[in-house]
Amino acid sequence: MSSSQADPAGTHPEPTLAPPPSAPPPPPSLPPHLSDATVDAASLKRFLHGLPGVDPVGLEQRSAALATRSIKKDSKRQAIDLAISMVDLTTLEGADTAGKVRSLCAKGRRPDPDHPDVPTVAAVCVYPDMVAHAVPHLAGTDVGIASVATAFPAGRSSLAVKLADTRDALDAGATEIDMVIDRGAMLTGNYGLVFDEIAAVKEVCGDTVLKVILETGELGTYDTVRRACWLALLAGGDFIKTSTGKINPAATLPVTQVMLQAVRDFHAETGERRSVKAAGGIRTTKDAIRFLVSVHEVAGPEWLSPRYFRFGASGLLNDLLMQRRTQTDGHYSGPDYVTVD
Amino acid sequence: MDWQYASAPENASIGRVKPRYQPFIDGVFADGSGADAPTINPGTGETLAQVSQSSVADVDRAVGAARAAYTDVWGPMSGTERGKYLFRIARAVAERSRELAVVETLDNGKPIRESRDVDIPTAAAHFFYHAGWADKLEHAGLGPSPQPLGVAGQVIPWNFPLLMAAWKIAPALAAGNTVVIKPAETTPLSLLVLAEIFADAGLPPGVVNIVTGAGDVGEALVNHRDVDKVAFTGSTEVGKRIQSSLAGTGRRLTLELGGKAANIVFDDAPIDQAVEGIVNGIFFNQGHVCCAGSRLLVQESIAEEFLDKLKARMATLRLGDPMDKNTDIGAINSAEQLARVTALADVGDAEGAQRWSPPCVLPDRGFWFPPTIFTEVSQAMRISRDEIFGPVLAVLTFRTPEEAVAKANNSPYGLSAGVWTEKGSRILGMAGALRAGVVWANTFNRFDPAAAFGGYKESGFGREGGRAGLAAYLDSGDY
Repeated sequence: MSSSQADPAGTHPEPTLAPPPSAPPPPPSLPPHLSDATVDAASLKRFLHGLPGVDPVGLEQRSAALATRSIKKDSKRQAIDLAISMVDLTTLEGADTAGKVRSLCAKGRRPDPDHPDVPTVAAVCVYPDMVAHAVPHLAGTDVGIASVATAFPAGRSSLAVKLADTRDALDAGATEIDMVIDRGAMLTGNYGLVFDEIAAVKEVCGDTVLKVILETGELGTYDTVRRACWLALLAGGDFIKTSTGKINPAATLPVTQVMLQAVRDFHAETGERRSVKAAGGIRTTKDAIRFLVSVHEVAGPEWLSPRYFRFGASGLLNDLLMQRRTQTDGHYSGPDYVTVD
Repeated sequence: MDWQYASAPENASIGRVKPRYQPFIDGVFADGSGADAPTINPGTGETLAQVSQSSVADVDRAVGAARAAYTDVWGPMSGTERGKYLFRIARAVAERSRELAVVETLDNGKPIRESRDVDIPTAAAHFFYHAGWADKLEHAGLGPSPQPLGVAGQVIPWNFPLLMAAWKIAPALAAGNTVVIKPAETTPLSLLVLAEIFADAGLPPGVVNIVTGAGDVGEALVNHRDVDKVAFTGSTEVGKRIQSSLAGTGRRLTLELGGKAANIVFDDAPIDQAVEGIVNGIFFNQGHVCCAGSRLLVQESIAEEFLDKLKARMATLRLGDPMDKNTDIGAINSAEQLARVTALADVGDAEGAQRWSPPCVLPDRGFWFPPTIFTEVSQAMRISRDEIFGPVLAVLTFRTPEEAVAKANNSPYGLSAGVWTEKGSRILGMAGALRAGVVWANTFNRFDPAAAFGGYKESGFGREGGRAGLAAYLDSGDY
């Protein structure tokens, strides 16, 4: 597809540092009308612009209605444990250090030292240069090591640098890669470029899980979000992820609903179940449960698993732990009884 | 993962339901001359409370009280003062909203989510809206000095008991009329709680009078000689009777009757939201909505895909205990209505339409009907012509916009319609072509006190809400 890239504005020069990526052929499972959509940039654009629109009023109304679900007792306990197991425990700061990552890993491995029955989190999520510090502390556990790559969070770098960034993280031991898309290209309709970048990163990832961050807060409309979802799914992203956490708004319920609809529809058309990660701005158990209700009722109960839904968060875990104690102990204990990392 | 929501019932004691209720005439709660009749909780089939029934003689007394209040107090009162009463009532409805929501759900069977989030807030909004008009009637564009009509006789249905009462009482009082109102015999409680609010607000005796009872009481009310204006919401059959009996009397009449709304989905619609709109259009309040989108007209180019999505969405609807905050579909209001819905759905089977309902367990007591759609429906079938007033959707298809308009208008009713398309010009074109009093675009069943609501053809005449609704309670003279 790269050869047919039109870029009149010249804002996205062809990479010269590395050989042009050869986009991998679409997975054989794609039905003809979907694989046809990816043969060249023009077809891709036609396909994405042919997707049904999203009516924001109706979408937000549905999200608001789902948010009124009242989750009590056993269903709440179940939801809290599920949410804990879906957390990508995240630290993405310029001030990150080996020590910070170490304590984050300890937290992820055993979220509540007083309650060993608390499930481990899904993964810890760090910058590529911090991956090596996480590896020894998570060896032998089920906790993944996710690393943001591709010039996170802006993504404003050449493809060669993005690929090198990805390889760097993989070589250091990352088991999951969170990449960002080129939002500028997305907004100028240069879908081919976005597709090629995702496909190239996926090729580098191989079997490693690739999460594609759409940064929905910068995409402007739900229509563009829906297009970005399909684009990322067609290009081979395993997860579509709302946000970097560096832009507001981040993971809102309506935008997550659009993404859940996309993976549901993708599954209906291909039989393949892809995943969603809501990241940024989810801080309380109440918030998390609202997202789980949306997952349950919009995508379906099959998505209620850390394999198919994740929370990207740092503060959420402690609120989940406090609420879990409230449920098990029958009373609220307070923030001094959960570890601050 | 199998994740069942634990039941999250609203606390029934918040409703403070009393064992027995009385009519409210001339500012006093007192027994009617009729025998007590039970009101049933449709969610359980059990008696909720006893209600003292009014008789024809009580209607006479109530109209007399309304006349006296009109002549002595409410008619001469300044609009500013009337507005103060209405604002007070509006605030009290909002303050007691949780109690009113519980009462409404227990008495009517609708989900607490709907009574809490729609019925009660919208009822309060109607009082707030009309309170604002009370001192501005000269500036409503209805003539330099519009005058009240006198005593309004109002009969309301059981589907939105408190909301319909607010729709009728608020504009009548804002315009300076006094009211005698009769709730439906199956759902009198929320209006009798509203009467407590009137009394607490110090509303002068006789300004609003509430009589209870069945059709005979309603008939006596609408035919009473000293009633100046009749407002009725209910079935087309009864509406026709009222219109013929009022013919030639000079009394004003507005009727809001049945409907068989078409919800039209074009192939360029926002599909996921259109599915939501169809679900909301027909399953909101168990389809007990006169403006319910009971006919789906879907363009043939997307019909198959659309129906798949609709069925998938219907499978997530939660039917059950109306008091559970997670319930989407509550109980059918009465055994009588359940029998009617069941009979009409059976007609659909007999006519050869294909019935489909999601797997759904109906509670073992109370009155229940599963959300149902019929496909392979033709215009000739009764399920696409008769108002079912239940959670039953008839699915038809069309090929062109002209065909959609023709099929949508091919009904004796004309209350509402829905249009789903991303194309603005098509929305405007359809809105002009559809013979329906309300046309919603990319949404459905949205109610706002500032927007006029009413029907064409056998759906009635007259408007409620907005300036047009106010006009129905005012005499503009020669203006």
